[in-house]
Amino acid sequence: MENFDWSTMGIVFALIGAVLAALMGGIGSAIGVGMTGQAAAGVVTENPSLFGRVLILQLLPGTQGIYGLLIGFVTLTQIGVLGGTAEMTLAKGLLYLAACLPMAIVGMVSAKWQAKAAVSSISLVAKRPDQFGKSMIFPAMVETYAVLALLISILAITSIAKIPV
Amino acid sequence: MTEEYIYAVARVRSRELSLLSRQDVDQLMACRSVEECLRTLSDKGWATGSPEEVLAAEEEKTWAFIRELTDDLSPFRVLLFPTDYNNLKAAVKAVVTSAEPHDVFLPGGSIPPETLLQCVREGDFSPLPESMAAAADSAYHTLLQTQDGQLCDVILDKACLCGILECGQESGSDILRDYAELTCAVSDIKVAVRACKTGKNRAFLDAALAPCGSLSMASLAGAACKSLDDLYAYLAVTPYSEAAERLKESYSAFEKWCDDRVMDLIKDQKMNPFTIGPLFAYVLARRNEISTVRIILSGKLNELDDGMVRERLREMYV
Repeated sequence: MENFDWSTMGIVFALIGAVLAALMGGIGSAIGVGMTGQAAAGVVTENPSLFGRVLILQLLPGTQGIYGLLIGFVTLTQIGVLGGTAEMTLAKGLLYLAACLPMAIVGMVSAKWQAKAAVSSISLVAKRPDQFGKSMIFPAMVETYAVLALLISILAITSIAKIPV
Repeated sequence: MTEEYIYAVARVRSRELSLLSRQDVDQLMACRSVEECLRTLSDKGWATGSPEEVLAAEEEKTWAFIRELTDDLSPFRVLLFPTDYNNLKAAVKAVVTSAEPHDVFLPGGSIPPETLLQCVREGDFSPLPESMAAAADSAYHTLLQTQDGQLCDVILDKACLCGILECGQESGSDILRDYAELTCAVSDIKVAVRACKTGKNRAFLDAALAPCGSLSMASLAGAACKSLDDLYAYLAVTPYSEAAERLKESYSAFEKWCDDRVMDLIKDQKMNPFTIGPLFAYVLARRNEISTVRIILSGKLNELDDGMVRERLREMYV
């Protein structure tokens, strides 16, 4: 171990970051869309004319998976996994991992909570179809925090290359 | 656990739109005859037929819907116990008096009446749930030995209430637990009031009252043995103080208060999208509207004064 070159581990940590962003965002969205799908199916069973409205609400918790995928893709591009070369020290690898974490963690947690809000909104639409516009707002508020996490992850990932470490 | 009812709750939310509202009840009250009421109900999707057929069909529709939503009806035993125990009473009395049971069983229980009848005839209660089997055995032998139908009823009624309480506590659901507690407490109050009015002794009350958390059985029985005023004075210091006020008004006002308390209990479920609570609330709301329609139809059938009928009408869920 004394002769182990730790700088080779940089790419490993960076890749773990990219994988975590896609994995945790995807898990959160899968759980969320599954929950809202159950509620949507329940409403459509009783009133098929509401399909279009509940479908939109069902899809809301799916965005975190897309954001995670985006972060994963940008990270893979930056670290040279998807072509090109990138100088990767251990410190840079750890920085990429840290940069991916906001999207990974916030993505998973917010998808589940957004799903709960969306399930409640689907109930609202079932009882008051005319309130569809308002019902969209409640789960959409949760999206704010997923977008903020996406923003900070992207800013960090695209800036790490310029840091002299 | 809490998320396994998402689909079911979403369906219940849609169905809640077809529950009778206060305006619908007013519309029914404005009808001039039973036939007009039935036509109005039919327009709202209710079954057709004679009043009793319509009400029975609507009760069955509710349970068919719940059976469609969940395979596990065990939490709903809280609501099915009274029917099961009523059928058990009928079975015990039919066997002991060697009478052939005709139209004495209620539909919709969790145990088929034929099973109950067979258990009592063979004296083998093992196919029944443990607590019900013990109560059935005791009631059967008591009736055989004493020929006292009331004592038989007391044993089974108390076992029913204990079963409801136990089921509510084991369910892990706040609404089921609170409903069980309210049902048990209200039944105890009814027993105490009747016992007080008919001059029953302490031994009878001790045998008839089912222990529940919100009332002290010793105090309730003690007060009921003294006088109605003592009973009302005791109730005034319990969470059921309003019950004493309603009882002073009339027994029907008290019964309305009991049903309205149940509606108050379940109203929060309108904002709950995940647990079994909304399903349970829906069943109670349907029962409440069936009961309200029964009151209106009886009023029309017997040409009662509208004011008298209105003061008995329950609060609606929607």
